[in-house]
Amino acid sequence: MSENTVTASHRRLTIRVLRYNPREPGSEPRIQEYPLEEGDGMTLFIALNEIREKQDPSLVFDFVCRAGICGSCAMLINGRPGLACRTQTKNLGPEIMLAPLPGFELIADLAVNTGKWMRGMSERLETWVHTREQEVDLTRLEERMDPELAEQIYELDRCIECGCCIAGCATAQMRPGFVGAVGLSKIARFRLDPRDARTDAEYYELVGDDNGVFGCMSLLGCQDVCPKDLPLQARIAYVRRQMAKQGFTRG
Amino acid sequence: MKVIYSDVLVIGGGLAGLRVAIGARQRGLDPIILSLVPPKRSHSAAAQGGMQASLANVTRGIGDNEDVHFADTVRGSDWGADQEVVRMFVHAAPQAARELAAWGVPWSRVRPGDREIVANGQRVTITERAEAAGLIAQRDFGGTKKWRTCYVSDGTGHAMLSTMGDRAIAHAIPVHERKEALALVHDGSRCYGAVVRDLTTGELSAYVARATVVATGGAGRLYGVTTNAVICEGMGHALALETGVAPLGNMEAVQFHPTAIVPTGILVTEGCRGDGGLLRDVDGHRFMPDYEPEKKELASRDVVSRRMEEHIRKGKGVKGRFGTHLWLDITLLGRQHIEHNLREVKEICEYFLGIDPAEQWIPVRPAQHYTMGGVRTNHTGESPWLKGLFAAGEAACWDMHGFNRLGGNSVAETVVAGMIVSEFVADFCQRPENRVDVPMGLVDDFVRREQGKLDLLLEGRGSESADALRSAMLHVMTEKVGIFRTGADLAAGVEELQGLLVRSRHIGLRHKAPGANLELVVAYRTQKMLKLALATAYGALQRTESRGAHFREDYPQRDDRQWLSRTLAFWRGEDDTLPTLEYEPLDIKRMELPPGWRGYGAKDYIDHPDTAKRAAEVERVRNEMAGADRFAVQQALMPWEGMLPPRFRGRNERVGEGRA
Ligand SMILES: Cc1cc2nc3c(=O)[nH]c(=O)nc-3n(C[C@H](O)[C@H](O)[C@H](O)COP(=O)(O)OP(=O)(O)OC[C@H]3O[C@@H](n4cnc5c(N)ncnc54)[C@H](O)[C@@H]3O)c2cc1C
Repeated sequence: MSENTVTASHRRLTIRVLRYNPREPGSEPRIQEYPLEEGDGMTLFIALNEIREKQDPSLVFDFVCRAGICGSCAMLINGRPGLACRTQTKNLGPEIMLAPLPGFELIADLAVNTGKWMRGMSERLETWVHTREQEVDLTRLEERMDPELAEQIYELDRCIECGCCIAGCATAQMRPGFVGAVGLSKIARFRLDPRDARTDAEYYELVGDDNGVFGCMSLLGCQDVCPKDLPLQARIAYVRRQMAKQGFTRG
Repeated sequence: MKVIYSDVLVIGGGLAGLRVAIGARQRGLDPIILSLVPPKRSHSAAAQGGMQASLANVTRGIGDNEDVHFADTVRGSDWGADQEVVRMFVHAAPQAARELAAWGVPWSRVRPGDREIVANGQRVTITERAEAAGLIAQRDFGGTKKWRTCYVSDGTGHAMLSTMGDRAIAHAIPVHERKEALALVHDGSRCYGAVVRDLTTGELSAYVARATVVATGGAGRLYGVTTNAVICEGMGHALALETGVAPLGNMEAVQFHPTAIVPTGILVTEGCRGDGGLLRDVDGHRFMPDYEPEKKELASRDVVSRRMEEHIRKGKGVKGRFGTHLWLDITLLGRQHIEHNLREVKEICEYFLGIDPAEQWIPVRPAQHYTMGGVRTNHTGESPWLKGLFAAGEAACWDMHGFNRLGGNSVAETVVAGMIVSEFVADFCQRPENRVDVPMGLVDDFVRREQGKLDLLLEGRGSESADALRSAMLHVMTEKVGIFRTGADLAAGVEELQGLLVRSRHIGLRHKAPGANLELVVAYRTQKMLKLALATAYGALQRTESRGAHFREDYPQRDDRQWLSRTLAFWRGEDDTLPTLEYEPLDIKRMELPPGWRGYGAKDYIDHPDTAKRAAEVERVRNEMAGADRFAVQQALMPWEGMLPPRFRGRNERVGEGRA
């Protein structure tokens, strides 16, 4: 293992941040530049915290798990949506441009309100299992499920609602009401789940329009940037076929 | 002054808070949830490994039930747990797992037939039963006799939280995100809600409620290297402590997880070892069997972490670029297994270490992981010192973990406590005498006081740096209040922390914006965290024994004679620099499982004079009732059923056993 060798010289990085705090009087969008010496294993989480601590206490950003699990720190990294906490600076050039994720309400600098957007989407698409029975007797054996199916559901359940797919989607940027890959993959997830009693006709009511599955232009932007590598395109295409059938039977 | 009313104010939108709010809603109440972050970003999402519930569906779980789960949990706690609460918990845990199944959690399921597993470094074939096909599967975890940990691949917490979060939305429960509770409103005997800061605008408002529930998670960020999220700063612990009347229990009980990656402290799940992964040293030698011949890598966390540090002290650590570490080897599990069941682990290895865990060993070292200490409550989840204040989840000391919690028992606690405590909260709210008139003058005073503190930070003439004080605190906690503790280090640590606390009263800020201002947040949280750090360090200094995760090199034995008690830390005066400690004895005469050897770790301990008597009594009851069903025996030893809300009392069915 080459671990024992201490890297002698570190790169000088220039981190540029698009800054703006809509609630601060006099604040205007501007690009601010921060020079920084790169450290071993440095991530953007480490870099931004160091900048805030040592250079500029006014810088605002969001980190929670710092392990690529919670989805809080999505931002544009050199123009591309991604999770800052698990982006290593060594994989980027010496000049790094950071901007807030587009498509969401700006809180300040790199922090955006993805929570509000996601809650709105969830309410609209009713992203919960619509159970058949009101009360389940919890002391009885649970309902059985095919192990493969459980895995397939989990595959779509891995979404962390980070918002990258919205930022990477042309439709979402043009049409604020579009539920995006995050919303459509959730529909795919619940449709797959036998515990959910909803029918295709009901799903059609939720996503059978241009703000739903027919708004997708299949440009693959979402899948390219999804940090969890969800099979978004295949799932959206599948939902679209099912919804098209629905639309067809409705005439 | 903005005042927001609700029946139940739930502070925290993790698994525990969400489940409490849902329970309250199901009982017809109006809850409001406050959260620093969108609920699904709470740290519950990070739990990879799984949730313990004695469903006994898999072959290696056959024979598991509440009794076995109870004994594992009490042993794990090193007899620090409240055994009645543990009973309530183990009984309701299967119901909580099944409730989540009904709500949509895609639990991994039993595949009938033969499969190959890795156990003790060997490949062996086990056969899953046909009659269990499609039921919730369990995996092996440390400190358990049976395979009991239900899981969703290695994204258990994420899947649970996402389902729970959506359930709260289905119930139209309002979640006020990016809001931080700064102080509880109380008059010394009754809690009326909280003063809350909007993290975007900086505005303060009062949230007034009949019942207030602290479900704010852990305090891992008291330490320099922790697996916890950056928001796990113990702010709910501080809410209770700063009332001056509601104490924290067992703050010195801090769990260190064996396998955090070096240097970031990001966790790789215990599931890695549960599934057959091994720990190796600088020579590639598998060292755990040398220390723990019985449980090996799967002894409880406190034991494995200490053994690892012990081994490093013997010079067997690997000196890496980022410091000394040991190796976690999961290569023997095979790529197929890693890519299916340990995907998060694989991602973490790729992104944060740049390695492929199917080919390379993972550099690991123990790091702070879990806060056993918390807001001390009784079995209903209420603080006996402050009426109307409840706590649940990691922020609570309910107390089912004692001095060491078992892997998988924590997410289980969040949902089980959520179920149980929400019933008691609803009972509380529905009792007519608890519909009190809120003293608005008091509310106003509290809001002004909090505003005053913030103004002092923003406009005062302090010159201390919040960041510098924070790093100094992290250093003290890591160096002096860590895995191995001594009286001398702890005393020095306490003194240093006291100095930092005094200095923290003179913090000055460079950035004066009242709204989104991370420096301001660091400042006021550091002031509170120093009090928690002192409660931890001072509690550790006073406790001259070793129990569970609390290990004193100068007092290596567990001392039941003097220390079979729970530490209570009060912060009585605002200007104090030390907590006031009191102790709550644990009554051996009522224990179903009297103190003994845990089955791993050190075998020598100092017995309490009551232990032998109680052990004989338990033995006698068991003999007299030989042949009686296990429920009858259990009830004769330690009745607890009356404590559980009636709706959870039914007997749990298991495949092939019915409700026996
Ligand atoms: C990396 C990791 C892996 C783990 N794996 C497992 C596992 O496999 N099995 C297991 O059983 N346990 C595991 N645990 C432990 C377990 O995940 C946690 O103990 C549990 O999820 C805590 O849940 P909670 O609801 O109590 O708190 P959290 O999920 O931490 O939620 C706390 C909530 O409180 C809010 N909050 C905090 N302070 C305030 C405030 N002042 N005002 C308003 N809101 C506030 C936060 O925004 C958040 O919503 C793991 C822990 C870690 C760190």
